[in-house]
Amino acid sequence: MTVFILRRVLQAILVLAITSLVVFLGVYAIGDPLEILLPADASMAERAQVTASLHLDDPLALQYWNFIVQALQGNFGRSFVFNRPALEVIFERLPATLELVTTSLILSLIIGIPLGFLAGTRPRTVTDETIMTGSILGFSLPNFWQGMMLIMIFSVWLGWLPSTGRGDTGTILGVRTSYATWDGFVHLLLPATNLALAQIALVIRLTRTGVQETMPLDFVKYARARGISERRILSVHVFKTILIPIVTVLGIEFGSLIAFAVVTETIFAWPGVGKLIIDSINMLDRPIVVAYILVIVSMFIVINLVVDVLYSLLDPRIRSRAS
Amino acid sequence: MIAARIRGESMGARIARGLLSSPKATIAAIICVVLITSAILAPLIAPQNPYDLTEIDFFDAKLPPMSEGYTGMTYLLGTDGQGRDMLSAMLYGLRTSLAVGVTAGLLAMMVGTALGLVAAYRGGVIDSFIMRFVDLMLGFPTILVALMILVVFGQGVDKVILALVFVQWAYFARAVRATAMVETGKEYAEAARCLGIPAWRIMGGHILPNCLPPLIVIATIQVAGAIAAEATLSFLGIGLPITEPSLGLLIANGYQVMLAGLYWMSVYPGLLLLVLVFSVNIVGDRLREILNPRLAQ
Repeated sequence: MTVFILRRVLQAILVLAITSLVVFLGVYAIGDPLEILLPADASMAERAQVTASLHLDDPLALQYWNFIVQALQGNFGRSFVFNRPALEVIFERLPATLELVTTSLILSLIIGIPLGFLAGTRPRTVTDETIMTGSILGFSLPNFWQGMMLIMIFSVWLGWLPSTGRGDTGTILGVRTSYATWDGFVHLLLPATNLALAQIALVIRLTRTGVQETMPLDFVKYARARGISERRILSVHVFKTILIPIVTVLGIEFGSLIAFAVVTETIFAWPGVGKLIIDSINMLDRPIVVAYILVIVSMFIVINLVVDVLYSLLDPRIRSRAS
Repeated sequence: MIAARIRGESMGARIARGLLSSPKATIAAIICVVLITSAILAPLIAPQNPYDLTEIDFFDAKLPPMSEGYTGMTYLLGTDGQGRDMLSAMLYGLRTSLAVGVTAGLLAMMVGTALGLVAAYRGGVIDSFIMRFVDLMLGFPTILVALMILVVFGQGVDKVILALVFVQWAYFARAVRATAMVETGKEYAEAARCLGIPAWRIMGGHILPNCLPPLIVIATIQVAGAIAAEATLSFLGIGLPITEPSLGLLIANGYQVMLAGLYWMSVYPGLLLLVLVFSVNIVGDRLREILNPRLAQ
């Protein structure tokens, strides 16, 4: 077990090292920071001075080493736009994104599981066909366009919900969140729905497959034989069994939602890290871009690592197959 | 599947019969054919060439659908901010979107198939190296990897295709490897080896044809994915340049005026994109049912 975890941790570190190298080479070595930092009419002497002060004349390997040492201390340089440490700017925006992502996950569970049950318990009926076609539609709807249509329908035509921004936030148990105020809550609804739609489709599919695979099993037959009502069998016995794969997949999807928040945040002007990265790419704010990629990739690697380890703790077959 | 073989039915015939047996899939397949044909024929069937400045009139800008312009032409779907006919712009956009999506999908298929075959046939260290890489790629969300590649290499059609290939090859590699592993162990592959046929010919000529069913399914779904991903990247402003207006860029341009009530500039290109991706996905879903021997029973 320890060997398995150790191997996984080593692999994770290797992946992070490769990512950092690629990003470093791409952003720092291929592009020329001098073009951004210096005015176009700078003299050769000024160029040489800035080059030396930024250590741009060091060998590439040494530059990378310095970059890594600094990054490990949480120093990704100062943002050109905000003139503050890049990491600080990102961590300031991260809570807004996490709030959006968590809300979407909850939405996808409370909408997806009932629909999946409906489809799964009535295979090959009109209900099943409609729900499954709907879930393909959910996968196919381009996220950004679907968000625009939400704004169009609920903000422009109906005028029910605000279109952009985060609204007022309040504090619950020391955490700043939109849930604390009504204004914040209504601002959260549209972006969260937008981000959740593909997840809802995914949860529907997982639930439907789970229900169909579980229903013929012996324990369900036994429960029926004991005279337990069909409703209780579904909502307690079957539900518990299929929850495991759904929760696992959603755990992994958490990271990908953070990445997809880029699109949602851009449409709804949600002040999270996703909007920050797109703005930073457009304004060539390199420290932020580098810090964002490395922070998100690290989060991803950690999530995958935790899921892997938890899985192997729960299911010994995986452990033996991997070693 | 075996029944089909016994009837002497080719794979093409089997696919056609399977698609036609489902009304939903038939409609989706017809829509796909119509859209692809109109994209190819765009310069012939579009009411105007939206990127020829002599054909567009700035006075016709921002006209709602079905209105008649100064030039005497009726704009079925309205015009954009520069006075371009939306329908024509959409047909040209569809052309770009399809070209990028299909190119990326096919390239990803070639790369992924080659690596998957090698992994399955060689096994050992090469296999575990390739598959570790595949796991790694599949673990990251498409958009994050594409974003990284575009940040590193910059914008452009070739870079977008590169990014899409990079995020999609792993799906093909995984599927081909799984099928090829089974096929490599079969007698015909062994017989071919005994005859001293070179490895590349066994892989390409003997094993590959038997891996085609899952490949076709994945290729369909990945092309749909590539089209949607390109549109998303272009919408975010980090995909295709303005000189290559795909559906995603049209939508992005329309988005800026949508809140002012000029809905047609973003709604119609979006609907077209949706219909395209949705139909391809429906066909892909049906293909999966037809070509998967377990589901075909």
